[in-house]
Amino acid sequence: MTKKIEAIIREESLEDVKTALKEIGIVGMNVSEVRGHGRQGGISLAGRSGTYQIDLLPRLQINIILSDHNVEKTIETICKAASTGNIGDGLIFVYPVEEVIRIRTGERGRQALSYPDDIDVRQESLVGNEIG
Amino acid sequence: MQTIDAGDTAWVLISATLVLMMTPALAFFYGGMVRKKNILNTLNLSFIMMALLSVQWVLFGYSLAFGVDVKGLIGGLNYAGLTGVGQIPNETYAPTIPHLAFASFQMMFAIITPALITGAFVERVRFKTFLIFSLLWATFVYDPVAHWVWGDGGILRRTGALDFAGGAVVHITAGFSALAFALVIGSRKGFGKRPFEPHNIPYSVLGAGLLWMGWFGFNGGSSLAANGIAVNALVTTNSAAAAAGVVWMLLSWRDNKPSVLGIVTGAVVGLVAVTPAAGFVTPLSAIVIGGIAAVISYYAIRLRQRLNLDESLDVWGCHGMGGLWGSLATGLFASLAVNDAGANGLFYGNPSQFLIQLLTSVVVAGFAFGVTYILARVLDKLFGLRVSANEEEVGLDLSEHGERAYT
Repeated sequence: MTKKIEAIIREESLEDVKTALKEIGIVGMNVSEVRGHGRQGGISLAGRSGTYQIDLLPRLQINIILSDHNVEKTIETICKAASTGNIGDGLIFVYPVEEVIRIRTGERGRQALSYPDDIDVRQESLVGNEIG
Repeated sequence: MQTIDAGDTAWVLISATLVLMMTPALAFFYGGMVRKKNILNTLNLSFIMMALLSVQWVLFGYSLAFGVDVKGLIGGLNYAGLTGVGQIPNETYAPTIPHLAFASFQMMFAIITPALITGAFVERVRFKTFLIFSLLWATFVYDPVAHWVWGDGGILRRTGALDFAGGAVVHITAGFSALAFALVIGSRKGFGKRPFEPHNIPYSVLGAGLLWMGWFGFNGGSSLAANGIAVNALVTTNSAAAAAGVVWMLLSWRDNKPSVLGIVTGAVVGLVAVTPAAGFVTPLSAIVIGGIAAVISYYAIRLRQRLNLDESLDVWGCHGMGGLWGSLATGLFASLAVNDAGANGLFYGNPSQFLIQLLTSVVVAGFAFGVTYILARVLDKLFGLRVSANEEEVGLDLSEHGERAYT
């Protein structure tokens, strides 16, 4: 089963999150700029005279498509790297994915998601070593 | 016949160039504060004035302002098409430079003044109606007031009113006209319900910096000679801008954080306030004038916000009230020791100068407000002042010009 992780994080956490994910072997992702707010509902900014309230703050959304059995580890890694302990750290959503197709080769499913040195390749070689 | 002084002429030509630069500088100062869907239109409202009003000035604007006096109210048409305005100096206005140099220096003031008003109605004005308005405004507000205050035989000049570089002629007219226009055109869609965030404050910082620089020509050049008065004007101009920038920063800091947009606005307000006074007051007085101007404008903007009036970029708060304070302050701080062609103010033992300044300011503010209100009302009936709600939603860059700023 293939899953999609959609993580909304602070802009300044991106480098930490990327590095941490790379360390556990999450190789592919895409990132987009989003604006939004949660329960705290925005901040006040300094204007020409006095202040004004804005509700939508800039955040980044990271999309990762991965196999079911890697989801928990990935969530843990993102939470650890993106947490400051303050309001506004963001949210993670997990969705099921119907199908994945790699455009260049036409590969589907897990084949389409595998990269050299990705999380599954690493684990397999680890397992292989233990047996060997 | 006077002879042409090379130094004076060079300084006035450089000053004219500096003042011309202030219009695109203003365009960026304003452009940074609007939303990105309206940036091109906002820049253009200022830029087009360089084209439109340069033509008006040559055809008849200069003549209406500085032509042979008709009953103290307006200049005659003797200089229409700049006929007779040539290389020979005009004895009355500037005896050591070609008459054409004086006319072109003045042209730059006629260009920037209606551009200042545009801050009142950005993001919703119909471009066609705006062009007609600006042409009529230059003809029926700017040219007469310039004649009253600066023209030989002008009614306010005859009272002894002091306006070194246009505190009344430029800033009071623009500021109070902006207020009148904003009342007629009404608020932008959604005003008061959601914040209108400035889309590019760096543009505003750049614009304000170039305005500060250009103001050395605006005020320094208004001595119309490369002399001690020009130097005094340059130093007072810088001092007032500096003091106002510092005071605005402190006010903003007290309310929240030292806003960068606030600091640069403060500097502009200081420049506005010292404009009528620059060649008549000491640098120390200029610091006081600038510092107080920042407080007045800061709270004028607050008042405008409380009244829920969408005079969008605070032309009234900055130029109207800054210019009004500067004109009155000239009547307080002017000193014959600085400029023997001026007068002493209240603080130098001449209270009547303050009353003259008060009268001039009230007359100019009232006239500008009244004529603009009527013009705006009539043009609204004839052509419509606003774009449609849909065009406003899409943004004026696309709906008025068919262009996008950022792709």
